[in-house]
Amino acid sequence: MSNLSNFSLTDLVKGIKKKDFTSLEITKTFVNNSENSTKLNTYITKCFDEAIIYAKNFDKKKDYKGLLPGIPIAVKDLFCTKNVKTTAGSKILHNFIPTYESTVTKKLWSEGAFLLGKLNCDEFAMGSSNETSFFGNVTNPFGDKLVPGGSSGGSASALASSLTPVTVGTDTGGSIRQPASFTGTVGLKPTYGRCSRWGIVAFASSLDQAGPMTKTVEDCALLLQAIAGYDPKDSTSVDIKVDNYNSNLTDKVKDLKIGIPKEYRVENMPSEIDELWKKGMDYLKDAGAIIKNISLPHTMYALPAYYIVAPAEASSNLARYDGVKYGHRSKGSNLIEMYENTRSEGFGDEVKRRILIGTYVLSSGYYDAYYLKAQKVRQLIKNDFDKAFKDVDAILTPSTPSAAFKMGDKKDDPVSMYLNDVFTVPVNLAGLPAISVPSGYDKNKLPLGLQLIGKPFDEQTILNLSLAIQKRANFKRNIKVWWK
Amino acid sequence: MSIDKNTVKHISKLARISLDDEKIDSLSKDLSSIIKFIEKLNELKTDETKPLTSIINSSLKLRKDEIKDGKIRDQILKNSPEKNDEFFVVPKVIE
Repeated sequence: MSNLSNFSLTDLVKGIKKKDFTSLEITKTFVNNSENSTKLNTYITKCFDEAIIYAKNFDKKKDYKGLLPGIPIAVKDLFCTKNVKTTAGSKILHNFIPTYESTVTKKLWSEGAFLLGKLNCDEFAMGSSNETSFFGNVTNPFGDKLVPGGSSGGSASALASSLTPVTVGTDTGGSIRQPASFTGTVGLKPTYGRCSRWGIVAFASSLDQAGPMTKTVEDCALLLQAIAGYDPKDSTSVDIKVDNYNSNLTDKVKDLKIGIPKEYRVENMPSEIDELWKKGMDYLKDAGAIIKNISLPHTMYALPAYYIVAPAEASSNLARYDGVKYGHRSKGSNLIEMYENTRSEGFGDEVKRRILIGTYVLSSGYYDAYYLKAQKVRQLIKNDFDKAFKDVDAILTPSTPSAAFKMGDKKDDPVSMYLNDVFTVPVNLAGLPAISVPSGYDKNKLPLGLQLIGKPFDEQTILNLSLAIQKRANFKRNIKVWWK
Repeated sequence: MSIDKNTVKHISKLARISLDDEKIDSLSKDLSSIIKFIEKLNELKTDETKPLTSIINSSLKLRKDEIKDGKIRDQILKNSPEKNDEFFVVPKVIE
């Protein structure tokens, strides 16, 4: 049998239904790959023994009813998993064992999948390089000492190196799309409200969304279908029909209008990224789409607005970590000192920075100058997109302003780290769906992605356009296994 | 605007995070550069713009007010760092 680790999710599901192979064979393959991946540091918690038992039971029953029958999946350690440690990459949750299951993971299991393990991520999803995790850096399989992006860095690295067939991540400012771009994989951030946030460790509630990370566009459509939908437990999830993304998937995109925003041509962007962008336009033209120049004039204000809104919400969300109800607790001679010591020891540097920025912009006398101002700018950014979408069906941009960088390169300069998300953040502020699809390589043979941004709840169109790009770019994930 | 050491001390008190002097120094530098970055927004005139408070157009759904869960006291206490039967234990608050 050919190596199952190179199979797409779609082919694994097909093969298991045709009885070409068993769930146990699939599971053993990915467990074996995972056990030999210590150098990548992708796992925080391994559930390999439980996964093998589950696969054996699955093969006895052969229940093919779901979309993901007998498929083992490792997920970002931001999803609460019942009776399995959930850390959010933080010391403050290093011992937290949820007594409940997040809606998104529950949906995966109800489609026939089961948990392979919990994947490393930036602490509380705050980071763009997976260097802020309490559990150490994750390495990009494309090179030793190379970051996988963040915050879903463990997910992206595990997927690209075939430690899991697919995975789910979360995206608050680019945390699915940027690591997907850095690892030559597909990552989709759904429309805000498309997937339930219930049971996901909260970072910035008005921006957070869960989404699929996969090797192919077809897999992305299938996995999105599995996790999307209204959830009464999340009042911001939206009760509209979930499309059959997978069976509706087509690369027939003739006459669709694609916007090219001039503001995404930023200073110091490597020429390779500009060339890749042009290639992307050519691929879509070849598929019959119509390219139109558009303007999103407030783009340059998205990152500054984001670094007010996200820390403000984070400072409020993270107030719950007080050492009383769960998680790490430090000693203190009185209650206040116990709180202060717990939070000082439990949170890492980047989380502290964001809590303090958030506290500052919400503090008495500064609210109007910062938070209210940022909300107004957020409206202007949304207006830009609303206006653009009157003329176009989707927007094409690069996913990131550079390919993956070396560990330590940007660690000591928070603002230069933040600039990584310049192309991904506007989408979160406007609540739109967007996907990163691997499209080429730079001169150092590192993968680059293109981003397609869609209208609210029109994930289908950006999936279809991504399929058209996938077929033409013919991207191959050239990874030499060096980490075993 | 730069964030001086006293401001860092004040907001760390509000956020209930204890910091030593060295940390206060480095945070004062980091936070000042972040604030300088976000103050780019001051270039924009926004007097006429309404703030965006929710990205979702539809109003929140109403539901029946009924009990669907409960009786999970032991689950809630399960992860507590310190407990005494059915209570969370904290350092003494009232003298």
